[in-house]
Amino acid sequence: MRAASDKIMPVKPATDFAEAPWLDPKAVPFIQIKSLGKQFGDFTAVDNISLDIYQGELFTILGGSGCGKSTLLRMLAGFETPSAGQVIIDGVDITDLPAYDRPVNMMFQSYAVFPHMTVAQNVAYGLKKDRLPKAEIAARVKEMLALVQLEELAARKPKQLSGGQCQRVALARALIKRPKVLLLDEPLAALDKKLREQTQFELINLQYKLGTTFIVVTHDQEEAMTLSSRVAVMDAGRFVQIGTPLQVYEFPINRFVADFFGTINLFDAKVTGSTVIDKNTYAIEAALDKTGTLVEADCTHKLKEGDLISIGVRPEKLSISQKKPRGKNLTITSGVVEDLAYYGNRSIYRVRSHSGRIIQISAQNFQRTKELVLEWDDQVYLSWDSSCSVVLSE
Amino acid sequence: MGLQLFCGAIRVTQPKYNIPIGDRLWRWLVISLPYWWLAIFFLAPFAIVFKISFADPIIAQPPFSNFFDFSPGADNWLLATLDNYRFITEDSLYWISYFKSLKIAAISTVLCLLLGYPMAYGIAKCRPGMRNILLMLVILPFWTSFLLRVYAWIVMLGKTGAINSLLMKIGLIEVPLEMLYTDGAVYLGIVYTYIPFMILPLYSVLEKMDTDLQDAAADLGAKRWQVFLNITLPLSMPGVIAGSMLVFIPAVGEFVIPALLGGIDSLMIGRTLYDEFFINRDWPLASAVATVLLFIIVIPVMLFQSSQKEEAE
Repeated sequence: MRAASDKIMPVKPATDFAEAPWLDPKAVPFIQIKSLGKQFGDFTAVDNISLDIYQGELFTILGGSGCGKSTLLRMLAGFETPSAGQVIIDGVDITDLPAYDRPVNMMFQSYAVFPHMTVAQNVAYGLKKDRLPKAEIAARVKEMLALVQLEELAARKPKQLSGGQCQRVALARALIKRPKVLLLDEPLAALDKKLREQTQFELINLQYKLGTTFIVVTHDQEEAMTLSSRVAVMDAGRFVQIGTPLQVYEFPINRFVADFFGTINLFDAKVTGSTVIDKNTYAIEAALDKTGTLVEADCTHKLKEGDLISIGVRPEKLSISQKKPRGKNLTITSGVVEDLAYYGNRSIYRVRSHSGRIIQISAQNFQRTKELVLEWDDQVYLSWDSSCSVVLSE
Repeated sequence: MGLQLFCGAIRVTQPKYNIPIGDRLWRWLVISLPYWWLAIFFLAPFAIVFKISFADPIIAQPPFSNFFDFSPGADNWLLATLDNYRFITEDSLYWISYFKSLKIAAISTVLCLLLGYPMAYGIAKCRPGMRNILLMLVILPFWTSFLLRVYAWIVMLGKTGAINSLLMKIGLIEVPLEMLYTDGAVYLGIVYTYIPFMILPLYSVLEKMDTDLQDAAADLGAKRWQVFLNITLPLSMPGVIAGSMLVFIPAVGEFVIPALLGGIDSLMIGRTLYDEFFINRDWPLASAVATVLLFIIVIPVMLFQSSQKEEAE
């Protein structure tokens, strides 16, 4: 399949966001998924999905359990046959290729390290199936084990390894054939928190070094946020939104995405006025439910007076204070501290507003104090800059 | 397997001094139960057989000489003789029987494995509801008498039996096939009887196997047969070994099947044993034959188990 002599060469990574290939109309997608679908009896697991992924991307598919993300990944790997559609990788239609013939490798959530083989044998397995010369297999295994820092453990059996070490064996084993695409199924889910943070950076570094296109499937929005060049949020077999983590977090297109990708406070509101700023921007004014507090916000689509919408505000965008804040473009509401959690660097407050709604605030603890600045049952004012209001009409 | 289990039990009985004496006694009783079972139903009978194997056959009731002679004036109080063992080594009949038994048991085990593996694999791959039905079908024959089932084969295989009459009726053969009272019939009988013992342990291993491992191998470039040889088969070895032992060990000493289905020349050791005990009434020689048989089977099994244990560690 691949030439035996090609060394691992650092390819210029596309994770240089200055030149995001998905914004370049001339860029040729590396992976093209065209109207892909999968039915299990009456159940539609993957519903007519189309997606372009570019060379060197670290693309994350994020969704809850049963949203079809794993089925999608298994179709890319060749373990499931699509009911409809096409998958093209690097110009070659692989839709009907069996798993063993695809230029794609996968790292399993369970790692699926072969328990009866040593670390070195596990890593060498893919090359052996390609019938490469022994000397070359040995050299490449050594190189790969060095890359994932497992050289000393080459002769160990998986039983003698920790979870993190197993994860690296699985990664090395999946990368050794130099696949065009590496699929990762919940790569960090089985690791504890400290190890996860460390592994996250290792994974990004590795991807940067190798230039391989990674497709990650996860249910963990934090994982998706930190790893990816782009994220696709998936629900009920469809992509709801595709974009960079920043785009998806700050500009969610609907309530589902806003709520799934991070935490958000959602207020029901009614549009009271709308003015055109330019082609894609409208400034609207809306009244929050019950309290009638007026909110100003920017919006990308036209809304008319009387439309029912949601105004979303992320917890960290809110300020909390006992004195009524003053300033331009501020939306201000008030309430009573019902719950608070002190995390050291920040505190999380749950405030019951006068409309009875619980609002969550995440505030940095800027000051060093002997006692909590705010206590339970304190009367507080909440405010946010109107640029932080997210208008959600779906 | 049994041995390992008991070794595990021994480790549990290591004294823990903070446990009250009553509890310890109770614990010891429960844990020692299998040992009592083995001692009463296995060790004691074997000791008796072992003892008789050193006696002389006499025409009396029971038909063997005393082991000890404490009568005054006897010049030797221990009346053991190795004559029976000497006789076994000298007469080729016994060696032929041993060899034939081992051969038939070994070939039957391989046949059971070849037939049972795909069946177990198939069952393990079914959806759960179907699995239980199929497992039930595997176990179902045990609900009828074993003897009855072997007799049924006589009806099937005989000269005027079901198979021959059918073949002659459709004109495939002119003369009835010689099927009953051959080695082939013995293999058929043993495989038919023992195959559930092969299928069940294989099924339990295959059913638990993580399919991600097979997918991972396919993902790394292994074709289906390679996935089987590299992953499925090695990981199912515990089941293969357990199933093979469960078939091989009883098959070596099998008496009923060769007696009913085998020819006159199908001299398996069980048959020889029977002849010595009941036809020749030579209990001491028969006991010696049984003792040798036990060692022929037990020693390789023990060696094999200890090597397996080392490998596992």
